[in-house]
Amino acid sequence: MNAPVENIRFSRRTLLKGGALVVSFALSGRQTSAFAQGVTSAPRRLDAREVDAFLAVNGDGTVTLYCGKVDLGQGLRIAIPQIAAEELGIGIEKIKYIEGDTALTPDQGRTSGSTGIQRGGMQIRQAAATARKAMIDLAAQRLNLKPEDLISADGEVRPKAGGAGIGFASLLGDHQFNLKLDPHAPLKDPASYTIVGKSLPRPDVAGKCLGTATYVQDFALPGMQHARVIRPPAIGATLVSVDEDSVKSLAGVRIVRIENFLAVVADGEWTAVRAARALRAQWSDAAGLPAQDKLAETLRTAPGITDQALVTKGTAVSPLPPNARTLTASYFWPMQSHASLGPSCAVADVRADAATVWTASQGMHDNRVTFARFLGLPEDRVRLIYLEGSGCYGMNGHEDAAADAAIVSRAVGRPVRVQWSRADEHGWDPKGPPQLLDVSGAIDADGRILDWRTEMWIPQTTKGLPNIPLLGPQAAGLDHIVGLNTGLISQNGDPPYAADHIQVIVHWLKETPLRPAPLRSPGKPANLFAVECFTDELAAAARIDPIAFRLRGLKNPRGIELIQRVATMMKWQTRPSPGADTSAAVARGRGVSYVHYKHAETLVAMGIEVAVERASGAIKVERVFCAHDCGQIINPDGVHAQVEGAILQTISRVLMEEVKFDRSRVSSVDWSSYPILRFSDLPKLEIDLVDRPDQPPLGAGEATCAVVGAALGNAVYDATGVRLRTVPFTPERVKAALNGKAS
Amino acid sequence: MPSYNLTINGSARSVESSDADKPLLYVLRGLGLTATKFGCGLGQCGACTVLADGAAVQSCQITVADAQGKKITTLEGLGSAAKPHPIQAAFIENQVPQCGYCTSGMIMSAAGLLSKNPKPSEDDVRSALEINLCRCGSHVRVVRAVMAASGQRG
Repeated sequence: MNAPVENIRFSRRTLLKGGALVVSFALSGRQTSAFAQGVTSAPRRLDAREVDAFLAVNGDGTVTLYCGKVDLGQGLRIAIPQIAAEELGIGIEKIKYIEGDTALTPDQGRTSGSTGIQRGGMQIRQAAATARKAMIDLAAQRLNLKPEDLISADGEVRPKAGGAGIGFASLLGDHQFNLKLDPHAPLKDPASYTIVGKSLPRPDVAGKCLGTATYVQDFALPGMQHARVIRPPAIGATLVSVDEDSVKSLAGVRIVRIENFLAVVADGEWTAVRAARALRAQWSDAAGLPAQDKLAETLRTAPGITDQALVTKGTAVSPLPPNARTLTASYFWPMQSHASLGPSCAVADVRADAATVWTASQGMHDNRVTFARFLGLPEDRVRLIYLEGSGCYGMNGHEDAAADAAIVSRAVGRPVRVQWSRADEHGWDPKGPPQLLDVSGAIDADGRILDWRTEMWIPQTTKGLPNIPLLGPQAAGLDHIVGLNTGLISQNGDPPYAADHIQVIVHWLKETPLRPAPLRSPGKPANLFAVECFTDELAAAARIDPIAFRLRGLKNPRGIELIQRVATMMKWQTRPSPGADTSAAVARGRGVSYVHYKHAETLVAMGIEVAVERASGAIKVERVFCAHDCGQIINPDGVHAQVEGAILQTISRVLMEEVKFDRSRVSSVDWSSYPILRFSDLPKLEIDLVDRPDQPPLGAGEATCAVVGAALGNAVYDATGVRLRTVPFTPERVKAALNGKAS
Repeated sequence: MPSYNLTINGSARSVESSDADKPLLYVLRGLGLTATKFGCGLGQCGACTVLADGAAVQSCQITVADAQGKKITTLEGLGSAAKPHPIQAAFIENQVPQCGYCTSGMIMSAAGLLSKNPKPSEDDVRSALEINLCRCGSHVRVVRAVMAASGQRG
């Protein structure tokens, strides 16, 4: 805590002005702002087209990596160094790693869409390959040998034939590479990998288990105050009056009111909590939300819909043959919350001419633009520094808390920490939007798909929106953006199976009830829930086994292999669904589903076995089987952990999760009104990771989420003969469906 | 200002608070013991779990006044890098945490369980950890690590 505040307030400009030194930011110990000075001899370059933006060879022979993508617990802190160490030819213990700091790391885009490895990691692989080639060329001159007679290994370049090599530090002599990333720099042959493909432990795990990790929630600055922001009781309400006397009995409390932005600030955190509870304020009434029980109809009939034919494949069979069978069904996925375990938190130090913000945001560089805008500062006077927070799966309240902290810090002229409450997080985090899908299809007498049509009602991301709008700047009347950002939620609306004619129509909505944001695997859990359940509906109508039905319509050999692997793992019995004993008191069944994510990325096949208790409507997920192909695997245990998490989190979303609201506000604001999966709900998991070292590595964080709902719905149908088309599958909903009421 | 005498991680600490109802969670974090996490303040999630006289309790639900006379143990007091508690060692070995925000509470609940029941069944582990929520989905590894820490295969 004894680092002078000025030390932390350097911007990129002062960095460059400083000339030779780069001061790298690192945390040591806990609740300290220790700024370890990892010194290299070059000024930082941040242009992501340049090698020097990503890596620096230090005088002591170590290499520092600068990664613009951040680690949210998904393991980039080990996977990215593995990629770079492998490609450079240096031991992983020689790699230093700096992530997510707008003053130090290049802009590699948001850490979202499972792009950490497949885009961020591949940029760094190319930077490392370019660097390796450059160092081999330098060594060739020095040793008077041909580059092809040299190898790079163990942090030096040496003759293949043996003999003394030259260390990286001696080769570079503290110089920069001054090279653009070379897309043609030769990459190592995966057959020679010694670091990529190994389950090396993540460097952050020990600290998390020993209590020494510093989360953004744990970060403190000298002179820092604690603030709580008071959100309105109704969305869109305006602040009428504040009774300052209501917190008078609490010593040292200051009220910050800027238009409709209201906060209390105190030296101690508990005092800030008490003040937030005690403060009386009058707000206007607002009731702009639709009726929850009519949400699906509201989407279908919303004003200002624009239609787009997203996919058209083949030609319509017209007229359909007389023995064709036509089916239609409507699927609904509710609004869901990130439901981060820890409410969002951030620390900001805003001065007249510069701002530093410590945040767990997944979009450091994006948000620098937003923060500069509402603070009225030049971008190069705003620095965002990443600190891990509670897990986030797209965008939770982290950025809002950071904006809150910046607004309050500027108002009080001190560093400020803002911690959201549980009700703030559940009530105000941006939500995964509701999705309505109608699917219709026709099959011939042999069960071949003649026609498939998906229609989806989903909100449209506002064109050109630089970022997701934040609550604080809007409430305080500061410069802010208006619009929607959902992530790419329209993909995978078409089945991957052969059909004479496929159409996907999107009815783009201008509005959605609550502020949306990408939520893990944006839109795809709903789209695949509809597409892969409806595939089973067609298979059942044709009296064909669900796996046989899929395999005869699928061309992708990697996909076929995954489905076959799941069938083997499950000891799948070939027969149509439903099973024979659908009226048992506890009915058991199995279901499968499959995705080729965005028709271009990771492939996943899933099988689920369930037991459905008729009397209560409770679904017990007993076993989950997952075959997963994300191309080249960098760290198998890391991928395994991501797949485990994706399965369990999505089971939770499918069985339990729905944001509840009245006409004014979110009403599911704690863990009893928004329950998530607990240990008693835990199924057995069997995960089969297919490694393809010769293929590009693809994302592992999202694709698995896409298939869980459909496999579960298909298993419930197999068990009971009843089709669930609305998430979540609560016991009440299951019981109603078993009793013949609409699901 | 009234002061309260607490025993935290084996050390006697005197803590001043104008509010006898201040939750122990805020006392601990104010002392720099930030491994104990704020999750809900409602006793619903287990993120703030600590040991009080060896039993797992949610520190957001105990007041500073009630904590007097009890031996409080937080994750920092359970073990260290040089000498981790067997549960901490097993969590590291099994690479349990993802974001890790729930991990402190998970380990403390497990420590409470193993102090009463050194050889729990998997069902015992699940039931002792039922209060502890995890959003990243690390549950399978949690159970495996607690079983390993008790010298059993999970």
